[in-house]
Amino acid sequence: MNSTDQAPPLLEVRNLSKHFGAVRALSDFSMAVRPGEVVALAGDNGAGKTTLIKAISGVFQPTGGEILLGGQPVAFATPQEAREKGIETIYQDLALADNLSIGANIFLGREPMRKAFGFLPVLDRQAMADAARETMKRLDFHVSRMNAPVSNFSGGQRQAVAIGRAVYWDAQILIMDEPTAALGVPEQRKVISLIHQLKAQGRGVIFISHNLQDIFAVSDRIIVLRRGVQAGERKISETNHDEVVKLMVGG
Amino acid sequence: MTSTSPAQPAEKHVAPQADHGDPARSLIGRIAEGRAWLFLAGLIICFEIWSRFAFGATFVLNPFNLQSIAIFAIAPLLLATGQTFVIISGGIDLSLGFIMGLAAVVAAHATNLAGAAIPLPLAMLAGILAAVIVAGVPGIINGLLISRLRVPPFIGTLGMFGVARGVAFLLAGGTTVPVQNSWFALLGNGKFYGVPYLVMIAAVFVIVMHYLLSQTRFGQHNYAIGANVQAARRAGIDIRGHILRLYVLSAMCAGLGGALYAARFTAGAAQAGEPLLLDSVAAVVIGGASLFGGSGTILGTVAGALVIAVIQYGLVFVNVEPFWQFIAVGVVIIISVLIDQAQRRFSGGRQDE
Repeated sequence: MNSTDQAPPLLEVRNLSKHFGAVRALSDFSMAVRPGEVVALAGDNGAGKTTLIKAISGVFQPTGGEILLGGQPVAFATPQEAREKGIETIYQDLALADNLSIGANIFLGREPMRKAFGFLPVLDRQAMADAARETMKRLDFHVSRMNAPVSNFSGGQRQAVAIGRAVYWDAQILIMDEPTAALGVPEQRKVISLIHQLKAQGRGVIFISHNLQDIFAVSDRIIVLRRGVQAGERKISETNHDEVVKLMVGG
Repeated sequence: MTSTSPAQPAEKHVAPQADHGDPARSLIGRIAEGRAWLFLAGLIICFEIWSRFAFGATFVLNPFNLQSIAIFAIAPLLLATGQTFVIISGGIDLSLGFIMGLAAVVAAHATNLAGAAIPLPLAMLAGILAAVIVAGVPGIINGLLISRLRVPPFIGTLGMFGVARGVAFLLAGGTTVPVQNSWFALLGNGKFYGVPYLVMIAAVFVIVMHYLLSQTRFGQHNYAIGANVQAARRAGIDIRGHILRLYVLSAMCAGLGGALYAARFTAGAAQAGEPLLLDSVAAVVIGGASLFGGSGTILGTVAGALVIAVIQYGLVFVNVEPFWQFIAVGVVIIISVLIDQAQRRFSGGRQDE
């Protein structure tokens, strides 16, 4: 039953610290994410969640501690390096170009080219649309008009496009920062079910949310941060809302 | 440990309900996209009817009129082509008019200087090349100011507007610089089967720019940057490098415009592009681009430039006082922006997020 508990972690963080001058945004923090596991990070504003994911995704370098990917220590100078190693961050403000199609968004910055008339390099829109359709289908997400700009889609659908981009580029670890924050309730459900899909595909997900309902709906474990330190770690099946809230506020 | 291993069957997605395939909406979208061509057709029909009733003569079937309108449209079109790229990226380039003037003066001087040493056709090419290259210099400065020093495009290029203007007048010695080169004059005024050489050059140039915008990574990244610069940066696009190349490109478009101006009038003048800057912005906006960035096409801009040229030439042709041109162009700009706004409101209104 608990196969994932024994599987070697995809991502491991050991004794990670990040100080900004005298401010200890994160101290001596450790966690692991195994394949097919959703780990929720919870905590009040300023608890260090964002610092943690920025350190993992290469936005800034930790002051101390180490990050291991598949057992190997890694250090990322830029978010691009982290992405190349399979760590994709999905931001709450949707990092999509609204005027471009799903395919163009998935391939943004890495567009495939083909030769028109045998010599003229042009964007391979067909390949982008095909790959996009294929990817969205893997997320059980069916879109008929592949060349419509993503501004035509709803918030949940666009969140799906952002997730689709990570899936297409084969991210093994997805960091999702408040993926449901800007969405209505049906849209939130869609995103939750997308996270279940990612889990089924054996990817690791770090899920940051203020919404305990969402956390309990989708996570395997929850780690609570408070003032830059780990305040507690619980299996979702062995805890409840009250206990998590107590951990968050330090009751 | 209920939910750790093989994920529970995900709750089935409701088929995306908001695919927005609604025909009324896409019809409005299509009209908005093609509005510049509709304007153009409407204007031509109006002038044709007007001309037939007032003078019993045709407007559009007269090859001389067509040639004149095309020649009229070239300089604003070349500026507007570069401006299209800049406006799509969310910027604006106010320096283009005087970069064009600078390039016209450089083209005249360089052609004359080179003509003393090398055969005339080569001297002509040297002059055009010099104009385009020299125009690139203010482009590089614009690009560096905007990408490295984070100067807003409006201010940075406004400063360059003044600098290029001053340099152009200094180089010209405060007067126009005549070109002594028969080949250059032929390029500017000759025709091939009734099609002016200038029109052919502009057509080829516009096709190349259309390719660059619609079929290359450069063009694709330009749209992405205009829509969401944060997203483009996170996707690993080199924003600084792109912005630098972008302003060099737009300045070089103006450089070619200046060289062709010098060919047409066989003289370089610092004030060559002075009235054309706002025409270029107008052509881009009439052509369907949004000044907020992220949308626009070269073909739309071509239509926009033709709309302006048809208004200007057509009103003269039907013998209306020339001041009505300004009013007519202004009205077309406003209508065009109103259509754009209406279309945005219809297409979901999520642009503000």
